[in-house]
Amino acid sequence: MEPFTILTAVAAPLIRDNIDTDAIIPSREMKTVAKDGLSDGLFAGWRYLGIGGREPDRGFVLNDPAYAGARILLAGDNFGCGSSREHAVWALAEYGFRAILAPSFSPIFAANCVRNGLAPVVLAAAAVGHIAEQVEAEPQAKQVTVDLVRGVVIAPDGAESRFELEAEAREMLLEGLDGIDLTLKSKDRIAAFRANDRLIRPWIYL
Amino acid sequence: MTPRTLVDKLWDAHTVAELGNGASLLAIDRIMLHERTGGVALRSLKARGRPVLAPHQAFCTMDHVIDTFIGRTDDTVMPTGRAFITATRDAALEAGIQLFDIGDPRQGIVHVISPEQAIVLPGVTLVCPDSHTCTQGAFGALAWGIGSTEAEHALATSSLRMTRPKQMRIVVEGRLSPGVTAKDLALHILGELSAAGGRGHAIEFAGNAITALDLEGRQTLCNMATELAAFSAIIAPDNLVFDYLRGRTYAPVGDDWAKAETYWRTLKSDPDAHFDRTATFDAAGVAPMVTWGTSPQQVVGIGAAVPTYGEVAERDSREAYDRALKYMDLDPGLPMTKLPIDAAFIGSCTNSRITDLRRAAAILEGRKVAPGVKAICVPGSSSVKKQAEDEGLDTIFRAAGFEWRESGCSMCFFAGGESFGFRERVVTSTNRNFESRQGPETRSHLASPETVAASAIAGHLADPRALAS
Repeated sequence: MEPFTILTAVAAPLIRDNIDTDAIIPSREMKTVAKDGLSDGLFAGWRYLGIGGREPDRGFVLNDPAYAGARILLAGDNFGCGSSREHAVWALAEYGFRAILAPSFSPIFAANCVRNGLAPVVLAAAAVGHIAEQVEAEPQAKQVTVDLVRGVVIAPDGAESRFELEAEAREMLLEGLDGIDLTLKSKDRIAAFRANDRLIRPWIYL
Repeated sequence: MTPRTLVDKLWDAHTVAELGNGASLLAIDRIMLHERTGGVALRSLKARGRPVLAPHQAFCTMDHVIDTFIGRTDDTVMPTGRAFITATRDAALEAGIQLFDIGDPRQGIVHVISPEQAIVLPGVTLVCPDSHTCTQGAFGALAWGIGSTEAEHALATSSLRMTRPKQMRIVVEGRLSPGVTAKDLALHILGELSAAGGRGHAIEFAGNAITALDLEGRQTLCNMATELAAFSAIIAPDNLVFDYLRGRTYAPVGDDWAKAETYWRTLKSDPDAHFDRTATFDAAGVAPMVTWGTSPQQVVGIGAAVPTYGEVAERDSREAYDRALKYMDLDPGLPMTKLPIDAAFIGSCTNSRITDLRRAAAILEGRKVAPGVKAICVPGSSSVKKQAEDEGLDTIFRAAGFEWRESGCSMCFFAGGESFGFRERVVTSTNRNFESRQGPETRSHLASPETVAASAIAGHLADPRALAS
């Protein structure tokens, strides 16, 4: 997985509360037993006219050429709520997003982000709104920086906002680590735990 | 010793190792899969040469993609559904994971069949790539939804790398009024706390109104915790849980049962345990609830009207309120019971268990669904379906004009196959009223099974208490 350290990029504002994973990738767009090929269906219900259609809705932010190449998404509260489908993160990542700035995230969605190299950055609604206002004036020129090393977001006007990320999630992102590889290094400890636990709770081990 | 919460106790008991950065490696006792995401996870593991560490502690069902028509096969109305079904079946069988396949009497919605088979037990850690896994906390398990990558991690290592969540206690005292259910309580709490109100916390539900709920009601309540953006939900297990699980397929037997039950009786929060947040509700203040908008927090009592912005400004932004009203095609001030419906749906992991169906049938008995309303009942499992048929409930549903289906997730969500019609207004016992959730631009109103039944008969949203026998 590609490490995430410092990203400076175009940011696209989609400031709505409770954007659910059905909106990010509708069930009907999850057509194959695969993790790729999903970016075309990203935000399909808002991005295209008509259900299942592909004619762009010109009013939707990602169809605005001014936001071409956006890699940061500015969003409202409780982003990624609803279904646990990791397809939502796969679709965002395949489209090109590496960071999402929102006042809060659904816990499953945030965990899925970290497993795929996307940074779920928690910022107060006022801070996200302030960044969005600056970006909207001139999206390609007014870029935003997410500095995971220092734990700050830098707005186009240079104002810095600190953000917190759980230490484990931060390390995984900074190093681009694969959690399974990492945990398999502890497989002897897992085996020892299971052997001991089998004596305490034998009914667990079917 | 420092007083601990129930979640603390389970966390400590499952800690394999501290990872040195505030996170723990947590042992996972049970993993459940379904054909929507199970096939992807198992295929990905195989492609990377990672075997399933403990296949006998993992289980797989068919619920998300399969049709619910009588006589269903691997071919689905959803395009490409067959690929999900066959990929999951092949991968589960190859990995040695117990599969509850189409036609198996144990098949059903993952969170409905888990307790039926005693896969979930008090005190276990249980994960599933499905957000409603928190449902199973009703049995005193630490159960939470995960993504596909986490599912692969759990399958390969029987563990997950976890940072302990903050904890919240929701205390509900008093008694629910007649005709008011756990679903109404869940919607009431959502309306008060908002869809972001759980903010990643592990929620423990407590109080005499919670212990007074039957097990189905407890599952309905815990189910909706994910709509609060909670990490998980849990209720301390009691005799109701132990009596339900005893003798079921994967429950411990003999000395193991005795030992397990002794342990399970210790599974409760200590009196002075610390919770990061507490919220208290009075059960007597809850009415039958129905959502008006496109988030479960956009909810009112059935006797109320579509709210004005001023009434919801604490929870909804102006943008969210306007967007929801426009999408739902509503005007503020319109009484909810004046809203005509096109369809009624009883099913999903929220409300499809035997007592849900009994209560709905009690409303439907001797009555007919209003002309022009499409009404569908999908039992939560093949076992629930059989029990309902043994009790004659299917006859009541059919006589009233409901379709009676095979079990599965069905029209809780629209996956490209069967759905409700374009912009149809649906009253539904499910959990999400998101845009286009149940079909192209469908307008979903979440409610209890009895409110769905009463509304189906009336042809518009209706208070079930008026029809209660």
